[in-house]
Amino acid sequence: MAGETTPLLRMEGITKHYGGVRALENVRFECDRGRIHALLGENGAGKSTLIKVLSGVVQPNAGRILLDGRPQVFARPAAANEAGIACIFQELSLLPDLTVADNICITNPPMRFGQIDYRAQRKRAEAALAVVGGEDIHPNATVRDLPLSRRQMVEIAKAMAREPKLLILDEATSALTAADVAKVFAMLKRLREEGMAVVYISHRMHEIAELADDCTVFRNGQHVETFTAGSKTDNAMVEMMIGREYQNAFPPLTRAKPDSEPVLKVENLSWQRELNNINLELRPGEVVGLGGLDGQGQRQLLLALFGTLIGTTGTIRIAGEAVDITSPQHAKSDTVGMALIPEDRKHEGLMLPMTVRENLTFAAVDRMSKWGLVDRSAEEAAITEMVELLKIRSDGIDGPVAALSGGNQQKIVIGKWLMNKPRIILLNDPTRGIDVGTKQEIYQLLRRLAESGAAILFYSTDYDELIGCCDRVLVLYDGTVIETLAGDRLTERNLIAAALNITNTRDLPETVQ
Amino acid sequence: MSVVPSTQAAAPAGRARDNFSHWLLAQRGLLLAVAIFAVMFLVYGWKLNVGLTANIINTAANKGALLALVAMAQTLPVITGGLDLSVGMIFVLTNCLASVVVVGGPVSAFFGILLVLGVGLLCGFINGVIVVYGRLQPIIVTLATGAVYFGCSLAIRPQPGGSVNFEFADLMTRSWAGVPSTVILLIAVVLLIWMPYRRSVLGRGAYAIGSSEQAAYMSGVPVARARLLAYTLAGLFAAIAGILLTCITYSGAAKASLANDYTLNSIGAVVIGGTSLFGGVGSAVGSIFGAFVMRTVGDLLIVFDINPVLQPLFVGIVLLFAVSIGSLRILRVKNKLDLYR
Repeated sequence: MAGETTPLLRMEGITKHYGGVRALENVRFECDRGRIHALLGENGAGKSTLIKVLSGVVQPNAGRILLDGRPQVFARPAAANEAGIACIFQELSLLPDLTVADNICITNPPMRFGQIDYRAQRKRAEAALAVVGGEDIHPNATVRDLPLSRRQMVEIAKAMAREPKLLILDEATSALTAADVAKVFAMLKRLREEGMAVVYISHRMHEIAELADDCTVFRNGQHVETFTAGSKTDNAMVEMMIGREYQNAFPPLTRAKPDSEPVLKVENLSWQRELNNINLELRPGEVVGLGGLDGQGQRQLLLALFGTLIGTTGTIRIAGEAVDITSPQHAKSDTVGMALIPEDRKHEGLMLPMTVRENLTFAAVDRMSKWGLVDRSAEEAAITEMVELLKIRSDGIDGPVAALSGGNQQKIVIGKWLMNKPRIILLNDPTRGIDVGTKQEIYQLLRRLAESGAAILFYSTDYDELIGCCDRVLVLYDGTVIETLAGDRLTERNLIAAALNITNTRDLPETVQ
Repeated sequence: MSVVPSTQAAAPAGRARDNFSHWLLAQRGLLLAVAIFAVMFLVYGWKLNVGLTANIINTAANKGALLALVAMAQTLPVITGGLDLSVGMIFVLTNCLASVVVVGGPVSAFFGILLVLGVGLLCGFINGVIVVYGRLQPIIVTLATGAVYFGCSLAIRPQPGGSVNFEFADLMTRSWAGVPSTVILLIAVVLLIWMPYRRSVLGRGAYAIGSSEQAAYMSGVPVARARLLAYTLAGLFAAIAGILLTCITYSGAAKASLANDYTLNSIGAVVIGGTSLFGGVGSAVGSIFGAFVMRTVGDLLIVFDINPVLQPLFVGIVLLFAVSIGSLRILRVKNKLDLYR
């Protein structure tokens, strides 16, 4: 058997660019039979891109994939499936309207006389569910009707039913209950005994310590190091993940008056299972960061404050008064005075085919109209002021927003909300995917807004940004604020340690930098 | 290496009840349409002084079957998350064509039928090709192709007229021991075309696409082929309806109002039948009952002595009622943003 010398999977020189953004640069990765290989790295380090390349979702610009020593090209996900690669994605890839059994057997259903054999399909689904420990899930249930943790078990069963040679788990346990995680771990260990190769991505260090045989660290789209699990301390791994590449220039912080009354006070805010007893205070002139790994409830927290979530519990106080914010309409009204700069600017922030002018004034159009008619001169004055403040190139005012660069689009999203003169500004990762120059402008804008008395709550996946821009950073984990970092304690190391919920490395003296 | 054990312990007790409740849940849209139809038809039969004679059932079935077939055609694109505004036009085009070619002796009529069905398939295939490979929105593609198909029907039959093989027409419109031929035709279409399609990989692919196209692609579903087949079969169903219309009227007519009426009513029938316009959920069997519900409204007005001119008003109310029941699910939404997705 050739497998003695060649690893099952070898990826060499993989490079992937999205436009001008480098997601992967000349990366190599190997995984062998009977091994669980953990892939580590910060948000945006390139882990997910590597997985997408491996599963045929995106095509690399350069590099090659060898399976059993034979080069492979995966033009479509189906091609990777046929080669024996099954992937459990972070974002669920289930079909919500189909039954559990349909989903599990979707790629390669059992056939009889040219027809899907439902009886056999059900048997196969039941067997696959039994393998992963999800016997309680009925194969005829519709996936949409299942709670999130059950859906994730179906997702895992679906990958198992393909009988893969290589199994990839990308944050596959994030929504599972502790009991399910134990079952999945038992399954993975058994599969390893049986000779399967497993690539395991997780941000939970204790999971990696329990499962992994090998570890590879990625940073900024590059391969940093591959080593045997247990040969490095958690500390050393965190340092590898941080690294240093560039330092953004941030405007100097100006301290908020600590004795001023909080304009926003949140007490025991909870929603579904995604927000758990969140407490926070926000004062005028303060920029507070939300940190932590992606998907720990940051987005939901902002949405809950902005009134788009139904069934939240807890109290929200605006300037001391308890307010039940029921809709974005209510949130932006003068009594609350809130603005949310959304993360997905193409869908939630802008109407792309409409002009810059219309987009800028949309959220504030009430403010510039009398008896339902838009007051043109007031509109003009407001727009001129905003164009000035944001340094938007004014020649495009009457053109569609779609024609602008991502950075300028983001400025228009921000400008649109500033038109309302909000006193509380919520930002959801506003600098994701925009160029460095515009980032700088946005940092300065935030600082100016804070100086003029606005309170800012700012979620970012970029740790540099949190450290440079924020007076305080709240780190979220599992929908809870697990750590508040400020002043000297606001360091990248502490941020990452808190985000990963590692207690023992926190507050150690800074050795990097 | 076999990961999945081939044998499985016997299903635990109580699963049978579970099976039934899951089946019930999955079929709720269809069952609702059946229930509404059953109630309406029984009221109709009860109010009718002479009772439900074979003749009355036959007439009702013939009227309902036309819309039922066009609604079945509409169901397939809707399941993929699309919409086909050309089904009514294909219906009229094939009616006109049938009034020209399904004539003469049995052999010539037989080949005429094959030709008409082939043209229906071709029309649907053209829709599918443009939607899939042109990556255009189905609603605008089928609006355009529908106009083209209607133009073709005018070219074939500028004036109403033509004829049809008499024996064949009689065969299609009579009833057998009280069972109308059209009902047998519908059952045959369901058993011979719909069921095998529903149980094929591409048929399930249509549901997968409508449910979540991204997830379908990620799961290795043949997205392009499944969508293409859905539109092509829609053309076939519409062509069967066109042939049936020819048998009922003994002629062909390129009437735009008829085509539009069938297109719009087919969407109503599909929705009443429990198919979601968002895609991913529904069945052609439900659409058959949806169509019969819409057609029975008119009959009910007659027996209740209400001016039949008011029929659209009542059809509208029934449609709103059925749609509201289907949308009760939004009460469970916890994030308002989900309402807009």
